[in-house]
Amino acid sequence: MITLNINKKNYNIDVDPNTPLLWVLREHINLVGTKFGCGVAQCGACVVHLNGEAVRSCVTKVSRAVGQKVVTIEGLSENENHPLQKAWIENDVSQCGYCQAGQIMSAAVLLRENKNPTEQDIDNAMAGNICRCGTYLRIRDAILLAAEMQRKEKK
Amino acid sequence: MENIENKQSRRTFMKSSTVAGGGLFLSFTWLSGFVTAVPVGEAPSGDWYELTGYIKITPDNIIKLINPNPEFGQNVMTSLPMIVAEELDADWQKVVVEMGPHDNVKLGPQFTGGSNSMRMYWRPLREAGAAARQMLKEAAAQTWGVPVDEVTTKASMLLHEKSGRSGTYGQFSSKAATIPVPKGMKLKEVKSFNVVRNSKKNVEGEKIISGKPLFGLDYKYEGMLIAMIEHPPAFGMKLKDFDATETLKMPGIKDVFRQTLYEDGFEQGGFDTRSFNELLVVVGKTTWEVMNARKKLKVTWEPIGDTLKNTMGGRNGKTEITVPGELETTTKQLEKFKEYAAKPAQQLRRDGDPETAFKNAAQVIERTYNAPFLAHNCMEPMNFFAHVMDDKAIVAGPLQAPGWSEPTLAKLINLPADKIEIQMTRMGGGFGLRAYGHYIYEAALISKRIKAPVKLVYTREDDMTYGIYRPTYTTTYRAALDANKNLIALHVKGGGIPEHAIHANRFPAGTIDNYLAEGWRIPSNITTGAFRAPGSNFAAASEQMFLDELAEAMGKDPIDFRLELLKRAKENPVGRNNEYNADRYMSVLQLVKEKSGWNNSENKKYSRGVAAYFCHNSYVAHVVDMVMRDGQPYVERVTSAADCGIVINPDAAINMIEGAVVDGIGNAFYGGLTMVNGEVQQKNFHQYRMIRINEAPKKIDVHFVQNEIDPTGLGEPPFPPVFGSVASAMYKLTGKRFYNFPLIKEFNSLNKA
Repeated sequence: MITLNINKKNYNIDVDPNTPLLWVLREHINLVGTKFGCGVAQCGACVVHLNGEAVRSCVTKVSRAVGQKVVTIEGLSENENHPLQKAWIENDVSQCGYCQAGQIMSAAVLLRENKNPTEQDIDNAMAGNICRCGTYLRIRDAILLAAEMQRKEKK
Repeated sequence: MENIENKQSRRTFMKSSTVAGGGLFLSFTWLSGFVTAVPVGEAPSGDWYELTGYIKITPDNIIKLINPNPEFGQNVMTSLPMIVAEELDADWQKVVVEMGPHDNVKLGPQFTGGSNSMRMYWRPLREAGAAARQMLKEAAAQTWGVPVDEVTTKASMLLHEKSGRSGTYGQFSSKAATIPVPKGMKLKEVKSFNVVRNSKKNVEGEKIISGKPLFGLDYKYEGMLIAMIEHPPAFGMKLKDFDATETLKMPGIKDVFRQTLYEDGFEQGGFDTRSFNELLVVVGKTTWEVMNARKKLKVTWEPIGDTLKNTMGGRNGKTEITVPGELETTTKQLEKFKEYAAKPAQQLRRDGDPETAFKNAAQVIERTYNAPFLAHNCMEPMNFFAHVMDDKAIVAGPLQAPGWSEPTLAKLINLPADKIEIQMTRMGGGFGLRAYGHYIYEAALISKRIKAPVKLVYTREDDMTYGIYRPTYTTTYRAALDANKNLIALHVKGGGIPEHAIHANRFPAGTIDNYLAEGWRIPSNITTGAFRAPGSNFAAASEQMFLDELAEAMGKDPIDFRLELLKRAKENPVGRNNEYNADRYMSVLQLVKEKSGWNNSENKKYSRGVAAYFCHNSYVAHVVDMVMRDGQPYVERVTSAADCGIVINPDAAINMIEGAVVDGIGNAFYGGLTMVNGEVQQKNFHQYRMIRINEAPKKIDVHFVQNEIDPTGLGEPPFPPVFGSVASAMYKLTGKRFYNFPLIKEFNSLNKA
């Protein structure tokens, strides 16, 4: 039995400690916002925050998350009101939508570290997240908009 | 919709799920926190009043619109209900949208593909909205005792001006539901639209960005097991024998068995394509346990040899094809292309006397273009849920064409179609692949065998190496010019595995006096099928690349050259069967010329390429602006012009075109699947290069031709012309013409040489 802290809640789970965090989230805890895309850390659909850092949950053993703070898309904000979530809606980014939770989770770390990212910064930070529908231009614009919202909120 | 309305939508949504006791909305109970197996509370059964299959209204004036067509990112979940709301005069802010169940009687053809959603549903949905509005007006008129013609509607309200009476749609919904559905209602004038032609946000946007369960892989069911298929390592191989002793010792594993998909002589439907027929199935409790246990399988495979495939229906009626068993290799396929290209081929169209024209030509230009297999690589790997019981079955998952899969499914599990409930989840991409039903059949047969609810899951490797790919193609163009550099004849001859991409009656057919189109095919065991603008994607690429080179040889501007040809098609067409409208073709070229500043000197810093194409009923042209960046070609800007008739949801339509442009650049530059002895060489995204954000243009400027023509689709049409515009820009950038996709592979190999 292991204990995980996910989105500020504790869960006791009986699972092989080698299981990737992705599958524990999806199949043991029913948090399915974190997506399976490739299983080899190539597409970014499974990005979650482990103590605030973006990790690929498909290659992160659940044992690594024990005693740590895990945040998934479901816990990114209280009422879907993270600036990125608001900006994603404002720019109507999504097409199929499958990759977007991973995109937002990657972008959230960028925005925390860099309050005023350039397009180049965004491209560098987001190159690990594939969007098969090709919504990259809207993702870029949404991150810029979210950064602006975040700066205004701070004032 | 604004945030506040979406919150209301969610509350309503929960409520509607509760009504599921009646069975009407059973399909959606799983969305609200996996309550499928939990008994739902009692709710008033008359809560929703149905006015046609597409509209349900509550007494408190919540209007639910049913989206009939599967959603895979083309945004029909928003745009189709917008059409209903328009004619219904519904207040869009108070509308709730729900994905409909599979019900071809109530909800029409329910097919996502061929960019057909708009075209197929435009009229039926307008009629449904107008009919329901009339039913509400009748109900109000009867209640108020006034003539129905004096009742007007606005934003989900009924009004009688003379008496000052008014009421909500909701107040009259129960009465309206008892009125027979009228036919032949007068529809609105286009200029009076106030929902359609106004941008509305994706109705599932909030669920997407908050990680709600929406997709097939998110689907849960009480007692659900997980299954995976161990498939042969190469096309042309099949399962011989296996030893599952070690696998069965692994934690969570329930069963390992051999399962045949189609028995000998089974007549496949046109979309029943499958890569492998003998399945080695591993069933267990969780996905990770099954993934791990697969590694312990000891399997021997053997060559499949030539096989017979029976197909019924489809374009060719009932056919029997011998599928060769050869273990294919990409380099050998390309050699075969040369061999077949030299042989006589099937004539597809002939105008004038092309042979004589070529004999008399002062100059002949001949170019050959090649393109590889492409994998769809939907972000959500293939999966499907099935629960096959003795007397009924429930299947649920991502699927483009439920109506096409149902007959085969019914035959395979031996249940009548009306005992099979197909639920369509949101799809994490489709691009054509999810029109094929094999993974539903696989899931259903597995469920039937193990007598339990099960979800079949493909890993990314399964998805990529066990696909129904875009065929590999080759096309040779020949042009004959006279001494004055006039185009006197055109010959196009193409082939592929297993089909060619020649559309003989499309532009530039009809513009050249002497024209010959021919096609040939090489049968193969590599499974292929629809991929975003099937056939058209390569037809457009080769044609537009050749026209660019031809314009240059003739000393003409590439846009002006196309416009000249189209002028001929309009004024004095060659032949009668020309499958395009020259005016609409010209209008997108003229619009892209204007909006891209084609002749402006300030754009000289870019290497520019242009292409235009008509397929799937819409016209699109692109101008690509390319630069060299870190030694690699980079598309920095794109200007697009489209004519898809009335644009239903403008911002979402722009999104589709932006996405198609990015997808097109990615596939033109990087896309390609290769084989060695039948084994797919690209197994995951570290080997199959996908376009990423840093390779996407900085700007895509989208423009629409404004008209009032009935709307057509945008999923496919913007994709094919990307290839030619990118290739032509690369020529301007490098001074070299490129003929082989993926273009960056050819670029890098030329640079190395």
